[in-house]
Amino acid sequence: MDMIRRTVLKGAGATGMLAGLLAAGVLKPTLAYAEDWNKAAFEAKDINEALKSLGAASAADHKDLVIKAPEIAENGSVVPVDVSSNIPNTTSIAILILKNPFPLSSQFEFSNGAMTDVSIRVKVADTSVIRAIAKADGKFYSTQKEVKVTVGGCGG
Amino acid sequence: MADPMKIRAQIKGDVAEIRVLMSHPMETGQRKDSDGKIIPAHYIQTVTVALNGKNVVSGQTGGSVSRNPVFGFKVKGAKAGDKVAVTWKDNKGDSRTDEASIA
Amino acid sequence: MKKRIMAAALVSLCGVLGLSFATPSLAQKKDETIAGIEKYREMLGDDNPAELYEMRGEAAWKKPAGPNNVSLEKCDLGLGAGIVKGAYAQTPRYFEDAGRVMDIESRIAWCMMTVQGISEADMRKRPFGSADKPSLMEDLVTYVVTASKGFKIAPPNTHPQEKAAFELGQSIFHVRAGPYDFSCATCHGQDGKRIRLQELPNLTKAADNQRAYIGWPAYRVSTSQVHSMQWRINDCFRQQRLPEPKYMSESVNALITYMAVMATGAEYKGPALKR
Repeated sequence: MDMIRRTVLKGAGATGMLAGLLAAGVLKPTLAYAEDWNKAAFEAKDINEALKSLGAASAADHKDLVIKAPEIAENGSVVPVDVSSNIPNTTSIAILILKNPFPLSSQFEFSNGAMTDVSIRVKVADTSVIRAIAKADGKFYSTQKEVKVTVGGCGG
Repeated sequence: MADPMKIRAQIKGDVAEIRVLMSHPMETGQRKDSDGKIIPAHYIQTVTVALNGKNVVSGQTGGSVSRNPVFGFKVKGAKAGDKVAVTWKDNKGDSRTDEASIA
Repeated sequence: MKKRIMAAALVSLCGVLGLSFATPSLAQKKDETIAGIEKYREMLGDDNPAELYEMRGEAAWKKPAGPNNVSLEKCDLGLGAGIVKGAYAQTPRYFEDAGRVMDIESRIAWCMMTVQGISEADMRKRPFGSADKPSLMEDLVTYVVTASKGFKIAPPNTHPQEKAAFELGQSIFHVRAGPYDFSCATCHGQDGKRIRLQELPNLTKAADNQRAYIGWPAYRVSTSQVHSMQWRINDCFRQQRLPEPKYMSESVNALITYMAVMATGAEYKGPALKR
């Protein structure tokens, strides 16, 4: 199943085949999730690749983009992170954890009155820099903060 | 079937503070079980929030979002009684939508 | 099996009640790391996956089940049949119908057997679940204890059997046994003890009991699940290398009674979010 899915997703011209599979009942319609999930960015294995996939390779630092995260996390599997952007016309925020196997953790687009502020809990594999990217007026901005991860007493 | 979400939506001034708690393993696909076999990836990939049927947040997530995810959003111009609907979909095709009224 | 041994090895490094203190508790001077950890706990705030257990537990409580096909809504948790609110705060207590002192979990199990007609063997099958498959009991316990949020811990401690349970619990707390010659008091009998970053409450003192007791049962981030008080005490026995006590045994209930009575007067906060 996974093999089939991957093949389907890879082939840009595979819509015909996808329809065929759907008709044949091989794929559940719900598996057609990928249209709103940036596979390349989420499966990127380093930060530069991830930023490139987001179109944010040249993001500039901005003081109005703020990350709130603890300096030390007792348990790396749950690290609270809050990102807010006061940059005018911000439309999206992405959160990346540089040392994770797949740095991109999440990306959010805001519309219809949603404030450009999101809080989330993420896994941080090791002491790492967390970077937030905001998109405003088509340009990308960036800020970062380091989170130290301790063993936290037991780890078990 | 996936467990229901817990949605808290409170109005402060004209801003609705929305907190969502989801029940999901958020398996990265990187971990191994006790026999050394990779535990298959199983994580939420999209999260959307709608206020009175209008989309306000479209999120995409990867396996590094914590197990049993918690999200917080803020929406301006909302009022008590407005309906908040949250939907997630995961990489296995499961999905869930829950609703709450802003208090 | 292998996994269990591995996990045991990991946890054995810290055979303690993992009670995290949200507020400065011990007289010792805190270093920066401890201060940082406290900030981290503060940031985690109130959003606790235990609420997911509570939701499932409430549904399970109200759903007809067992051979009698009735719900647990008729269960008497000590304040009268059908009263859940505040009931946990007044346990453990002596129950006339059962003729013994029960903690909340023993009482829920009693109701499953007497009200719903579930056999003891079935009830004992899977008291402790896993992250992927929480147990029914964990869901029910989370629902019931959460309904005591804001209530003062007030086990009656008046019936002779309740007093006897307290005293038994207190003495078990100090009994040294097992290959390491450990007692509960070895880790939890002095001020200022710590294993790595984990501060250990001195459970011979009321104040530390109060701080500790108000957050259990708890959701543990490291295991991604809610653990009940029975599990917690069981785990202490295991970490002391003692044989695993029988689920809901008299000695475990006595230890819970000891801690509950010591914690009397503290406001119950509901399941905490712990490391």
